[in-house]
Amino acid sequence: MEFLRDPITFIGNWLEGLLLGWNIAPGVASALVQLLGAFVVGTFSLALVIFTIWMERKIYARIQDRLGPNRVGPWGIFQTFPDMIKIFTKEYITPDGADKVVYNLAPILTVSAVILLWAVIPFAPKVVGTDVNVGVLYIVAIGAIGTLGIIMAGWSSNNKYALFGAFRTVSQMVSYEVPMVLALLVPVLLGHTMGINSLVQAQSVWFVVLSPLAALLFFLSSQAEIGRAPFDLLEAESELVAGYQTEYSGLKFGMFYVGEFLHAFTISALTASIFLGGWRGPWAEQLPILGVAYFFVKTFVVYFLVIVLRITMPRLRIDQMLNFNWKFLTPIALVLLIVTALVEKILQLLGQDSVLLRISVHLGMNLLIIWGTVEILRRMARKERQRVGEPRPVAIAPQTPASD
Amino acid sequence: MDVMQIIFFIFAVITLVAAFLVVTAKSLVHSALWLVLALFGVAVLYVSLDAGFFAAAQVLIYIGAIAILFIFAVMLTRKDIRDTGTQQNRTWPLAAVLAVVLFVGLFFILSSWSSFTMERPDLVSGADALSNLGQALVSVNAYLLPFELASVLLVAAMIGAIYVSLTKK
Repeated sequence: MEFLRDPITFIGNWLEGLLLGWNIAPGVASALVQLLGAFVVGTFSLALVIFTIWMERKIYARIQDRLGPNRVGPWGIFQTFPDMIKIFTKEYITPDGADKVVYNLAPILTVSAVILLWAVIPFAPKVVGTDVNVGVLYIVAIGAIGTLGIIMAGWSSNNKYALFGAFRTVSQMVSYEVPMVLALLVPVLLGHTMGINSLVQAQSVWFVVLSPLAALLFFLSSQAEIGRAPFDLLEAESELVAGYQTEYSGLKFGMFYVGEFLHAFTISALTASIFLGGWRGPWAEQLPILGVAYFFVKTFVVYFLVIVLRITMPRLRIDQMLNFNWKFLTPIALVLLIVTALVEKILQLLGQDSVLLRISVHLGMNLLIIWGTVEILRRMARKERQRVGEPRPVAIAPQTPASD
Repeated sequence: MDVMQIIFFIFAVITLVAAFLVVTAKSLVHSALWLVLALFGVAVLYVSLDAGFFAAAQVLIYIGAIAILFIFAVMLTRKDIRDTGTQQNRTWPLAAVLAVVLFVGLFFILSSWSSFTMERPDLVSGADALSNLGQALVSVNAYLLPFELASVLLVAAMIGAIYVSLTKK
């Protein structure tokens, strides 16, 4: 019964007991169990990609009125396995003049930067890799390592398209980090903590209710961070061939591919944890296995949104993308952060801790900011329409010289 | 020798070797990559001191900025990535002497400091180091002035950058 209630903790305790039974020092035993846990979480997240790739291709196809993978297994669910076998057997090609060590290190760094994020994601009240008290900062810091992997790939390939793709990636990721960090600070203010598991515990009311704007900002800027449509400027076929991964082949390309899919799923998991209450739900505290189920349901809902966004939006131009970041997301995030901090402090000073009041004030402020933004945008659009609508000098066809 | 000491020695050696390679590597981009390793070693030392916030900030700010440094290294140096210039100029013996003098001087000053040989004190159990740090940064009795000065400096730098890059209409 205990096993059914909370299998993961149960197995962990059982293993530790087993190791202690073999006369292994307690410190070593717990270190071994933790190492095994890290291995399981890393492998699990990679194995999950096998499923999410199929899911994404299927939804992609259905929205485009196609069937999608439908040959291997029921509904084509095992399609990824033949693809994997194919990519395993492909030849590795290292271009002439490539910087070998850096070239081979880049895919590993990119994938591991994504897997490292799973260390702080809480699956259930007690099932979490490590609840570091600076979890939010840790997420952003790991993102920096991912950027580094991509620029290493671009530079070491000795290919100008790869280098340009990497330059673009860095400008995109570094700029979108700004609104992402600002949006992440809002839950930190609301939950009075930076640890991810503590943030989940603080969400007696989901933060998406308290601050829908922060959730939206985080969602949008993290889409740019993972570099998928509509922000998939890193791999523009017509301009940059395949961007930073142009020269990679076989499993090394597969690493980037898996890294991208896993990153999308990881970002969904983070959104679910930080804004949608993670493992929280009825009876999650008593039955941790239910918490895991709630967590994955919420994650897949967010992931579905990510996929739909990817499929239905046209891609942006590079200048539009940077304008969208610096002139739209960043100012709103700054205003939201200041307003949330002020509201939180004023409520604290007044000694008001009624949940309903807190919700209504925060939500009201968020809606006010959204309304103000929409109003400004509408005014700008009106001005732009007037400018376009004004009569313009008509081009007159040049007189054809009289031929004589 | 306990586990923490072994970890300290391993990462101290990694940090020092990487730092040495930063200045000796032929290619500027390789220097940047060795710098990543050196900074990462420092981050591990922060973790071993229970300063998780500093470790995360170290990775975020320093290693995060390396990607930008990388771009500048590529854009501002010679076109060939297999760089084959000389690495020293005429004044290298002077620079070496200066570096040694600086190191010895710093070592002597630090060794006369009372807590140079002190063992790491155990943190008060239950104290939240992170919120203590936050309080210290905004408390008048602690580091309010340096903190605000640093903020003003950064804002000035930002305004300067915007002014320089602004095209006059």
